Amino acid sequence: MKILTAKNRQLLLGPLNKNNAILVQILGICSALAVTAKMEPALVMGLSVTAVTALASLILSSLRDAIPTRVRIIVQLVVVSALVIIIDQLLKAFAYDVSKQLSVFVGLIITNCIIMGRVEAFALANKPWPSLLDGAGNGIGYAIVLLVIAFFRELLGSGTLFGARVIPRALYNWGYADNGLMILPPMALILAGVIIWIHRARNKELIEQ
Amino acid sequence: MNKESNKYTFLFSTVMVLVVAVVLTIVSTGLQPRQNENIENEKRQNILRSVKINVTRDASREAFNTYITRQFIVNTSGEEIPGDAFAIDPGKEIKKAPGERRLPVFIARVNGETKYILPVRGAGLWGPLWGYISLNEDKNTIFGAVFDHKGETPGLGAEITRDDFQSRFDGKTLFDGETLVSIRVEKGGKATGTHEVDAISGGTITSKGVEAMLKNSLTSYEPFLKSLP
Repeated sequence: MKILTAKNRQLLLGPLNKNNAILVQILGICSALAVTAKMEPALVMGLSVTAVTALASLILSSLRDAIPTRVRIIVQLVVVSALVIIIDQLLKAFAYDVSKQLSVFVGLIITNCIIMGRVEAFALANKPWPSLLDGAGNGIGYAIVLLVIAFFRELLGSGTLFGARVIPRALYNWGYADNGLMILPPMALILAGVIIWIHRARNKELIEQ
Repeated sequence: MNKESNKYTFLFSTVMVLVVAVVLTIVSTGLQPRQNENIENEKRQNILRSVKINVTRDASREAFNTYITRQFIVNTSGEEIPGDAFAIDPGKEIKKAPGERRLPVFIARVNGETKYILPVRGAGLWGPLWGYISLNEDKNTIFGAVFDHKGETPGLGAEITRDDFQSRFDGKTLFDGETLVSIRVEKGGKATGTHEVDAISGGTITSKGVEAMLKNSLTSYEPFLKSLP
């Protein structure tokens, strides 16, 4: 058995581009607005969501023949929230500063539409390995968009990347100023819109008639 | 067994909940000591920052033991009462009746001078604010101030954690003669006197929250501050 057949590779890589959860399905926008003011929280959020979608898809897919249909949404919720709590506890213990910055958003990973969406649409109807790939692919696709938005917001809003100064101090003395609007959530929405625009312009088949 | 029967559904749900509960308990109990240590070290770090000693969170325990020479609790009459000052949560004390409050005091020895560090606690726009104020030996002049918050708006109210706001408090005084006037946070660059600092533009409610926090918290300490060292 090949580990990555063409179909499986498509499951993992598709969400990175033409099937991206944020850019094409417009899922998970809310958290994309909230945690992208800086690169570091965006990266941690992206990794956390990837871990949760991948593991939730894997676990629920393995259980799919045992889960009673009538309570399947509740089962999904319990599994996803348990994973989120575990991630939250791990962050508090090992990445305390990041967990402080993400604060309430870690708990809100469960409300990220991508996770429940992938579990309900894919994992409950497919085998564990493809489900894991599908979950991971969607999570990584989400993380990439988050990082792109955070890159511009942190660079233009704070003049730093991952907390390290990129725009030199000297420039400020000549009258350059950080754009305060970049730090506020509305700018994330505008940036997400611009990214979607560029993305569609390069992938004509995504443009609705 | 029929997968869609009520019996199976109940059985499945029960087993699932039990398994998840056990897993979460193990994770939570296993990580608790590490998490508590992070929280305590951050508290030590903040206390030290109020006397202008910057250390990493990991190094804060050692530095705290070096610089903090004494910690004790006073009541609202300024008398010392027994207990562990570090373990007190000022957020809980501020909700008690004034007479029952236990007020922690930390004494630091920095560059041969004695500094009094008092925790303050209040509310901003979205949630709690807290911080530490360090006073010179006269128990009147502010040596340093540190503030933190739970969820103030990034770029606006959250700016209270920045040095350029906190340093505005340096050298200000709390008392005007015998009256505790605390520090007012004034809008629009009007702050001139020794009891006023400039607010954060766009963060008015948070700035006013800082003002109220100082006034309320320091009022409890007033008898202690007026007592001789």
